[in-house]
Amino acid sequence: MTPDAPEAADSRADESLRLSGITKRFGSLVANSGIDLELRPGEIHCLLGENGAGKSTLMNILYGLLQPDEGQIVVDGVPRVFTGPRNAIDAGIGMVHQHFMLVDVFTVAENMILGREPGTLGLINLRQARRRVTELSQQYGLSVDPDARIENLPVGIQQRVEILKALANDARYLIFDEPTAVLTPQEIEELMRVMRSLRDEGKGVIFITHKLREVRAIADRITVIRRGAVAGVAGPGESEASLAEKMVGHQVSLTVSKQQHEAGDVRLRLSGVTAVAANGSVAVDDLDLEVRGGEILCIAGVQGNGQSELAAALIGTYPLRSGTIMVDGRTVDRFTTKERIDAGLGYVPEDRQHDGFVGSYSVAENLVLNSYHKPPYAQGLALRGGVIRSNARDRVAEFDIRTTSIDTEVAALSGGNQQKVVLARELSRELAVLVASQPTRGVDVGAIEFLHKRLVAERDRGTAVLIISTELDEVAALADRVAVMFRGRIVGIVGPHTSREVLGLMMAGASVEEAMASADVTTEETEGVVT
Amino acid sequence: MTRSSWWTEILTTIAAIVLALIIGAVVMVVSDPDVLDKYAYFFYRPGDALAASGDKIGSAYFALLKGAVGSWGAITQSTSQAAPLILAGLGVALAFRAGLINIGGQGQAIWGAIFAAYIGFGVHLPLVIHVLVALIAGVLGGAIWGGLVGWLKARTGAHEVIVTIMLNYVAIRMLAWLLTTPAFQRPGRTDSISPIVDWTATFARLAGSQLHVGFVLALLAAAAVWWLLERSTLGFALKAVGANPHAAATAGMSVARTTIIVMVLAGALAGLAGVDAALAPSDSGVPVPLSNGIVGDVGFDAVTVALVGRSRPVGVVLAGLLFGALHTGGLGMQGAQTPGTVTDVLQALIVLFVAAPALVTRLLPFLRRRAARSATPESTGALT
Repeated sequence: MTPDAPEAADSRADESLRLSGITKRFGSLVANSGIDLELRPGEIHCLLGENGAGKSTLMNILYGLLQPDEGQIVVDGVPRVFTGPRNAIDAGIGMVHQHFMLVDVFTVAENMILGREPGTLGLINLRQARRRVTELSQQYGLSVDPDARIENLPVGIQQRVEILKALANDARYLIFDEPTAVLTPQEIEELMRVMRSLRDEGKGVIFITHKLREVRAIADRITVIRRGAVAGVAGPGESEASLAEKMVGHQVSLTVSKQQHEAGDVRLRLSGVTAVAANGSVAVDDLDLEVRGGEILCIAGVQGNGQSELAAALIGTYPLRSGTIMVDGRTVDRFTTKERIDAGLGYVPEDRQHDGFVGSYSVAENLVLNSYHKPPYAQGLALRGGVIRSNARDRVAEFDIRTTSIDTEVAALSGGNQQKVVLARELSRELAVLVASQPTRGVDVGAIEFLHKRLVAERDRGTAVLIISTELDEVAALADRVAVMFRGRIVGIVGPHTSREVLGLMMAGASVEEAMASADVTTEETEGVVT
Repeated sequence: MTRSSWWTEILTTIAAIVLALIIGAVVMVVSDPDVLDKYAYFFYRPGDALAASGDKIGSAYFALLKGAVGSWGAITQSTSQAAPLILAGLGVALAFRAGLINIGGQGQAIWGAIFAAYIGFGVHLPLVIHVLVALIAGVLGGAIWGGLVGWLKARTGAHEVIVTIMLNYVAIRMLAWLLTTPAFQRPGRTDSISPIVDWTATFARLAGSQLHVGFVLALLAAAAVWWLLERSTLGFALKAVGANPHAAATAGMSVARTTIIVMVLAGALAGLAGVDAALAPSDSGVPVPLSNGIVGDVGFDAVTVALVGRSRPVGVVLAGLLFGALHTGGLGMQGAQTPGTVTDVLQALIVLFVAAPALVTRLLPFLRRRAARSATPESTGALT
């Protein structure tokens, strides 16, 4: 058969990628159970499922990284056995990994030929590689400078290089593994455009995600996976609620019901807060902000505008250049992290694997990670294991943490349950201020609903809640006020019902007035304008 | 840690020891010319070669076993050899649990020996008090030397591996220099040797054996380290810092403070090994006087012991006993026309196999299946 058949868009029965009855077990755990999936050229097939549902296992099988225990992979009518990615690539399958497989210090062109260097006698023909980059860039509308070094490129562009790499290997079926997780809203739009153009060129695209909005925006067909098995097949017309139900297995409400907030006194006050990154660039620039008890203030913004540094500076793991931080009228910026925690500052870090918990510690241990040294968990130097364990049993029940036992290592939990452990730890203390950075990143839909409810409940207890999020859906669902951050500053504070369009413009640096004017809406919709 | 992965670790360690014994047997056969001669006509009379090999291996390992645990005297000899290994091994293991690689046991033990020995021969105190003061001084010496490493790391970010190695050299040279000064050199001697420690400062031993206070101290220290690691707030912080310093810092633990405390404690434990070297009675009943070789290679053997003991107190005790027995048994083997250094080879092989568990599981595939099964709970997190 000819791989370059011109009628690629034709969806004949024998020209397709077909997985049938795929089953994969890890010990007693069944990661995939009898999964059927078909991908035709010229379509975008969404694979929707929660974290831990088995999507990545399935794709790793398709890409030859894992071997199925049962089932068959059929490419264009020919049954195939993949013992490694090389086989999959040769069969025309390409993978855009969630964590890019690129060499940072190499250029785009060098990365493109990694693994199959063209040229003779071991000499690398870089000119040919660069020409190939340019050709493919033009064909698919993916502009990339072939001579740029990967480490200097923004994440969105790095992803393009991954896509180009797959295309350079003549991939006809492309797998995108959670590609939007690392992208800004604008970059997501751009990626969707690229995926559509790939489809129109006759490629088959598998798009793995857990975000319903994205699925509905782009999918031609949808397969929902739950607990390792196909839970349903749907078309793009399916409602978000119905998709969510298939994905989670029960009805979920996608909006958070919350009462009108009653803001109290200012509990967190930042003035002139400035933080400087290691490379000398100003990450947080003379920032002023007030959060009142009983309100949720969301900081919206494109990733990398100083939000991460601001959050870390609040808890004291990132140095302040100048400015003051006050919690309930006490100046805490000279406090150690421990003293800030004692002063009633709660913190949900952006990167929970890195900062939020100790993976090799048990659920019970992680639930007291910042209070283990105090009564009732400790008596002098001795830990009180019984109290720690009974606390864990209470928290596991209260927060519905799905774990085999309180002694299970947190690293073995799903992302959503890991986040529940972190949140349960923070919310079980008496808090004045809660700072939560990307509280639902990488968390499945069922858990998002729960986490949002708990954050609102904490607000209702009178805590000042500061949420940093790059997901506008989350901002819209939670915020009482929205502060938009751009290049280390707050460009404006607007009301919770401000349109996406206005927020988007502000996220690109426009002031409230400019954004309103361009978006052609009246300022009546906003409140508490600060520049 | 799940029960089944715990079992896998134990089995892998035992397998490593068995594999080392097998390879050690091969080494013994090829290193003995008489046995090797029989292999020259192996195809003519294979029985000769095999019988000679069997005899050789059998008698050598029998001598090893007999030398190590064959009598009450041998057993206590082994425990006295094990004591400093356990103590210094605990120092390395404790630091390792906090994510610190402590290669400085040698220097820390040397200072422990210097302080303890000096109190032992330089100061004259009543019974019991003398040995206690010498002990505390030695622990202090090791703690200071270890704490210095922690302080440098916390303050300047200096890597502990480099610092500990360099400080080992400093300690070795300091000892050599001190032994030339009037305060330390035995009067009337020109070589580097100190006076003999007072009998009031010597570790008590059970009459007619080598079972002395040092071994008891080692067991107590192991129990204390176990409590510290598993039941104390400090251990909680220490392991958290070792496993994920970022999360530890975010939870309010001070990584710098923990680092310093851990290195002080590690130094104190290694210092105790030095105290044991300086105050424990030798076969003659009198401690070995301070000399350049007073602590032997205890600081380096400690790394081995901690490695084989998987950095857990119980494991360290068992590994210390194993290597202590190998040292003692090695002497017995010399009587069986086998060089005692074969035990060094055995020790090295055991460490090699323990340090490379993948190698063992490859050689013994049934262990791999165990490992795969027990690894599954962890890997579920990566399934997404």
